[in-house]
Order: sequence, then C-alpha cells, then structure tokens
Amino acid sequence: MKQVRFLLLGILFGFILCKVEAVSWWRMQEMFRFDGFKLFGLFATAIPTGILSVWAIKRFNIKTLSGEPIVIPKKQFNWGYVFGGLLFGTGWAFSGACPGPLLALIGAGHTVVVVVFASALAGTWVYSWLRPHLPH
Amino acid sequence: MSFLQQAWPWYVGGVLIGLTVPALLIAGNKLLGVSAVMRQVCAACFPGNVSFLQYNWRKESWSFFFAAGIMIGGFVGGYLLNNPEPEAIAPQTILTLKQQGVPFEEGFLPTSLFNWSALLTLKGFLLLVVGGFLVGFGTRYAGGCTSGHGIAGLSTLQWPSLIAVASFFAAGILSARYLLPIILNL
Repeated sequence: MKQVRFLLLGILFGFILCKVEAVSWWRMQEMFRFDGFKLFGLFATAIPTGILSVWAIKRFNIKTLSGEPIVIPKKQFNWGYVFGGLLFGTGWAFSGACPGPLLALIGAGHTVVVVVFASALAGTWVYSWLRPHLPH
Repeated sequence: MSFLQQAWPWYVGGVLIGLTVPALLIAGNKLLGVSAVMRQVCAACFPGNVSFLQYNWRKESWSFFFAAGIMIGGFVGGYLLNNPEPEAIAPQTILTLKQQGVPFEEGFLPTSLFNWSALLTLKGFLLLVVGGFLVGFGTRYAGGCTSGHGIAGLSTLQWPSLIAVASFFAAGILSARYLLPIILNL
C-alpha cells in the first residue's frame, strides 16, 4: 500500500496548516492588509526550506523510496497563470482559504465549508468546460 | 502535549511545510499541489463531455489519499488538539473588520459569515459560494494554487510560478482592501 505514504503526509500537512493558523480567515485578512507578519514569515521560511531540500536532492542524487530518479515537472508559462491567478486571488480573499485549508477546515468540523469546497469543484468543472474558449 | 495544542510560530510551520516538498518527491516523485485534486474529483465523478477531464485520473490517485490526509490532519489539528487560546491577530485587522461588521471571535472562521443561514444572504453567498467558485476556477486556470505554485513551484525555482503567485497576491490584496468592505456592507 504505497498510497498510505501520501495519506500520512497529507495528515501532517493538514495538521501543520492548522497549527500555524494558515487555515484562518482572520490570518488571511491580516496578511492581505499587511497588518501582520505571520503568514509572510511562513512563506519566507517554507520556500527557502524547499529550495534547499530540492538542491540537496539534486546535489546528492537522492532517489525516491522505490529507487527511481527524482524528476521535477516543468511548469510552462501561459497567460492563464495571470488571468486565473487574479481570479483565484479574489476568491482567496473572499473565502479566506485556498484548496488545502478548505479540506483541513472541513476536517476540523466547519461543516459549512463543504459548500465552499463544492463551489470550488463547480468552478474547476466550469473552467474545464470553458477552457477551449478562454485566453491562455 | 501543550506544544501540539498551542499555535506554532511561523518559522516552525514554515520549515515543516517546506519539507513537504522533498517528502512528496522522495515518497514517489510527486510535486506538492492541492488544487489538482479538484480536477481529479471532476474527472472521476462527472467528466461529462469535457476533454480537459478525459485523462487517466487513476494514475494520479495519490492526490485523493493526500487530500483525505489533509482532512484527517485538520480534524486532529483543528478539532481534537485545537488551540484553546484565541488567535493573536493584529489589533489593526481586528479593528478594521469590526468596523466592517465582522466582530473578532475565537476559532478559524467568523461564525457571523460562515454559517448555513448566511449562505442565503447576498453577503454570505458572495463570500462563500462565489468565493469558492473563483478558488476552483482560478486555480485550475492558473495551473495551481498556493501550494502548487507558492510552495512547490517557487521551491523548484520555476519563474512561471512566481508570476502566478504575484497574481494571487495582487488580486488578494486589492480584493481585501476594496471589494471585501463593499460586500461586508451589503
């Protein structure tokens, strides 16, 4: 059961998001208004940690647990990154949550967030449907 | 035990979230990203006739396990071991939101906005339903969210992710400042 690894990592990820209050609507508003440092500090430590770890993986040629070489998928720029990014940013400020925190909040018992998540699924579906007609 | 219950400082959470990136790579060549699971759910449950949803989602089924894990982690961290203390939010934010009709309270969400009957108000509908829709539509259009672009994309030094993150924040900052007060006033 290789998938159990991802379940366990998800549990840790969701737990950390709660403990550092990255699921908090209040924290999001504080961040977007530049009133507090906490979530900026979170990014400012998470990203260098990630950069160093990825560098170490390459430098020491670290393999996956099953011994495969690690491949990092390349992100290809298209204008959807900007248009979609602006739409997401607006929804982020409104609902105070990105997809990870939405899941964690549902788990934490905030049942009404199920509606927010269902709307996000609807948004994903409508984007997929309209995709051929949207500028990218 | 008290460490597991209290709020963690940003540097502890930041380092641990950063370590999720190598952990997922080593666990099975997966790049951190949560929003993709919503495409997975759409592809698995209601693909319809939509070509963007016709792909072998079973190959990426790890994301269902990761998403289920996040929910369990939320249950443990936000319910079982929930911090009994109110969050130390900046007084300026508390004051501004109070003036806009959202009194500060304990818990991650303002219950005045996040409750079932609020969904039937224009304000609640815009914030929760339209807000959620934009999160789903926008993240897929942008090819990722805060985790996929903000953490994983930047950790792997991909400049397209930097552009995406700048767009997230530009819209978030402007919306929180100019649109949110209008909506909260409805």
